[in-house]
Amino acid sequence: MAKIIVVTSGKGGVGKTTSAAAISAGLAMRGHKTVVIDFDVGLRNLDMIMGCERRVVFDFINVIQGDAKLKQALIKDRRLETLSILPTSQTRDKDALTREGVKAVLDELRDDFDYIVCDSPAGIERGAHLAMYYADEAVVVTNPEVSSVRDSDRVLGLLNSKTARAEKSGEEGIKSHLLLTRYDPQRVAKGEMMKVEDVLEILAIPLLGIIPESTTVLRASNVGMPVVLDEKSGAGKAYEDAVSRLIGEQIEMRIQMAERPSLFQRLLGRTA
Amino acid sequence: MFGFSFKPRKASNTAQTAKERLQILLAHERVDRSNSELLPILQKEILEVIKRHMQVDSDTVDIKLERGDDMSSLEINIELPGAQMLATRGAA
Repeated sequence: MAKIIVVTSGKGGVGKTTSAAAISAGLAMRGHKTVVIDFDVGLRNLDMIMGCERRVVFDFINVIQGDAKLKQALIKDRRLETLSILPTSQTRDKDALTREGVKAVLDELRDDFDYIVCDSPAGIERGAHLAMYYADEAVVVTNPEVSSVRDSDRVLGLLNSKTARAEKSGEEGIKSHLLLTRYDPQRVAKGEMMKVEDVLEILAIPLLGIIPESTTVLRASNVGMPVVLDEKSGAGKAYEDAVSRLIGEQIEMRIQMAERPSLFQRLLGRTA
Repeated sequence: MFGFSFKPRKASNTAQTAKERLQILLAHERVDRSNSELLPILQKEILEVIKRHMQVDSDTVDIKLERGDDMSSLEINIELPGAQMLATRGAA
């Protein structure tokens, strides 16, 4: 029986899709059969981050509306054989998502996969609501910045009240984890950015990982590769650690430093 | 002589300010979330009490909530009819 994990945040631009791509690739690297679903109807982007944008034929909405079979819409990753992507529609609007439709697709996926990762759109409306509704666990992506932390707090409130697990009495609630992204230890040292401990104290949920602000994240998205596949990337390593914790391994929390350009590179005026 | 110094710029800890602002705001927002209907209910019930004793128009009620660190204040302003209004109403 698959575990359903929603990657959500409330605020946009904090790294939800990057994280959903990295986490699902990380799970697949460990041999778990994983599917990642894009819930951002109309603003599809997971396909680009995963590098399969030219292979999309049918999508999530086609399956929900019965225009295509689930097997036809799933795209198998070319790097990791245990990873599949279910892209969303670029043309329909979010009303095309229905609770029954989402449930039917998830139920069908549950039989074939170990993990179903739901990449939520920003906001708290239909797409975001349905992305979290059937989840067993949530990864709340947060930047150490006031508006992101506030929105994460709001989303945590919704996870604890407006989801299937919250509505069913007697059932355990959704397990929420904090993923702190775009963390810059140097700015933290200068007192310009909130510390991990500050954000943890405010949101009061367990910490899944700390992803450093890193140039390798943009580079990975440029070429359509989940950053976790970049072995030299500090962010990639931090995502690997986060995935280990997600599947229950005890791993010491360490803050990966962003890669510093070497003296030689700096002399040549190159930026990494 | 020279217009610069080697003294490090005194870092103002804005991160601490961010944390404190969030703590105050979220403490209030979490309460509001569990009871988002509080203000309309308060307004309705307070008006009912006052209406038992005098005539007031629902449109002349103004409710303000100010969230503070140590305390919050709820300000309710109700326009009561003046003596003249009462007199004309009484005559009608």
